[in-house]
Amino acid sequence: MTTPLLRLTAINKSFGPIDVLHDISLEVNRGEVLCLLGDNGAGKSTLIKILSGVHKPTSGTMEMDGRSVAFDSPRDASDHGIATVHQFGGTFPLMSIGRSFFVGAELTRRWGPLTIYDRKRANEIAVTEMRQLGITRIDDGDRLVGGLSGGERQALAIARAVHFGASVLILDEPTAALGVKEAAHVLRIVLQARRKGIAVIFITHNVVHALTVGDHFAVLIRGAKAADFRKGEKSREAITDLMAGGEQMAELEAEIESFSATDDGHAPHGASHA
Amino acid sequence: MTSQAHHQPAAAATAPPAPHSSMPSIGSLVRRPEVGSLIGMVAVLVFFSVFGGANFMSAGGAASWLNVASELGIIALPIGLLMIAGHLDLSVGSMVPASSMTIAILSGHYGLPIVVGILAALGLGLAVGFINGVLVIRTKVPSFVVTLATLFALAGLTLGLSVILSGSTSVALKSGPTAKLLFGDYLGGKFEVTLFWWIAAVLIVGFILNFSRFGNWILAMGGDAVSARNAGIPTDRVTIALFMSSSLCASFVGMSQAILYNSAQVAAGQSFIFNSIIAVVIGGVLLTGGYGSVVGIVLGTLTFAIVNQGIFYTGFDANWASLIIGVLLLAAVLMNNTFRTMALTYAPRTKPRAR
Ligand SMILES: Nc1ncnc2c1ncn2[C@@H]1O[C@H](COP(=O)(O)OP(=O)(O)OP(=O)(O)O)[C@@H](O)[C@H]1O
Ligand SMILES: [Mg+2]
Repeated sequence: MTTPLLRLTAINKSFGPIDVLHDISLEVNRGEVLCLLGDNGAGKSTLIKILSGVHKPTSGTMEMDGRSVAFDSPRDASDHGIATVHQFGGTFPLMSIGRSFFVGAELTRRWGPLTIYDRKRANEIAVTEMRQLGITRIDDGDRLVGGLSGGERQALAIARAVHFGASVLILDEPTAALGVKEAAHVLRIVLQARRKGIAVIFITHNVVHALTVGDHFAVLIRGAKAADFRKGEKSREAITDLMAGGEQMAELEAEIESFSATDDGHAPHGASHA
Repeated sequence: MTSQAHHQPAAAATAPPAPHSSMPSIGSLVRRPEVGSLIGMVAVLVFFSVFGGANFMSAGGAASWLNVASELGIIALPIGLLMIAGHLDLSVGSMVPASSMTIAILSGHYGLPIVVGILAALGLGLAVGFINGVLVIRTKVPSFVVTLATLFALAGLTLGLSVILSGSTSVALKSGPTAKLLFGDYLGGKFEVTLFWWIAAVLIVGFILNFSRFGNWILAMGGDAVSARNAGIPTDRVTIALFMSSSLCASFVGMSQAILYNSAQVAAGQSFIFNSIIAVVIGGVLLTGGYGSVVGIVLGTLTFAIVNQGIFYTGFDANWASLIIGVLLLAAVLMNNTFRTMALTYAPRTKPRAR
């Protein structure tokens, strides 16, 4: 076996008295997509915030390429080649596309004795990188990010991560707010990144999306790793059950059916008159 | 810097080049944060030219509002940067007199060389700004509250120490010709030299906001502080630097006022608190951060100064100036909101090549 690109061993995280993660051990390989699954509040975002240098683990170790690492800041993590598109935010509505693309890593050029922001080239690169991801409607890097659609913004954030040559790309629910077509775009980007040999960590609540791109799956239930398996090792039903927090999805469905059965007397009224 | 762009020439070459036009379009015009403030300034200029008569348009008239604008402008610039980064600094209202009193007590009351007084006044500014910045990032209390506290604390300190050290709340200062020429003289008998310091400050701050990496960090922090930090921006250091610059500029104004007027008063300067915020907001800076421009701040400052001084050239009672400023502020904010929305939703309808 080759050494994994990223290895977590016995990671724990608590915020004061609240224990959020218990003994998480995980391996991420080059050119593979790891799907991180789990219910709301299971700790997925917290785990990837540890990987991206936002939080420090309370205990446990991280290794990259077999060498032990600890990230002091998000900057530190990105210097190690870990690029993250967080679940919330990540783009700046009132900034131009070009400026927003290079936030924290501004493109500069010499101007006499001064080093100045290179607006023209930043705009060009931002627009070109977005075109690579199939967003062709954007051709002006001076446009404000707040005027883009959700999918276009997501593409901007991902394009940025890809551009800066990450070896690990972390996407926290990138498809959650997207339409069918935009989501398909994002999935294609994930597969493109995988082909380049990038290790991708992909968080989603959508079983179809997970099964489409995932090579390897890890499921968190209330902060602990409940399952860790490779593609084809579990049935779709079993995965769905795990994603629902370990409950039997079939039972849930039966329950939902019984709701609609008892509602049958009332529901059609509202529905037919609507 | 370690995280430089990794170029991907192969990939970039296969992609179609991004089209861009060098012609200023409606989009690029409407996207400028200062459109609204330009309209506002032209409006008040026309208004006072009509009602203020020839005197308002004379060199003396221009000097009266340019002098007010330059003192206010030196403070409004860093306040504008702070506001773009999502912060406020009310403590400038105490920083101005604290600095005036520092130089007057050291170089006037104790007779130390003027350089000592100047450096001490500016040093005090840097120190107060540093304290403001550290308090804001350590306590995570909104900067409005933190600087409201330092506003009062510093005012109390200035009053208390002045009375103890000089036995008075007003101290005379006699400065030599060099200090006078640099900080406290009138050119042509009318224009304060502060005007040139303001121009210098405009150039420096304009460079920082538009052309430096630091400027991009300021915009990003005001847009979304958490995302900015996640993107690797040293937000704490930027915050401290911004508070230090606003206090430094306020202390500069206090110091040069003491040299200009040959004396310092404990109670001068409170008007800078609101006036600087008004100038910045009229200038199109978003109060909640993330958006604004230096040209806008300059226009806002000029607008404020024109109304403030222009009223004396009209037949109206000077008390009406505040009413005009109030109405203007509201109108400017509404207009700026409209332009901001237009900037956000603007997208070229036609194909760019067709234009
Ligand atoms: N900074 C924090 N301080 C205290 N508790 C926190 C903090 N961040 C997260 N938590 C708690 O940790 C738990 C896990 O949160 P997390 O955001 O990791 O969930 P998630 O798996 O990403 O959920 P979702 O699918 O809804 O995004 C939640 O109960 C949350 O309240
Ligand atoms: Mg989450």
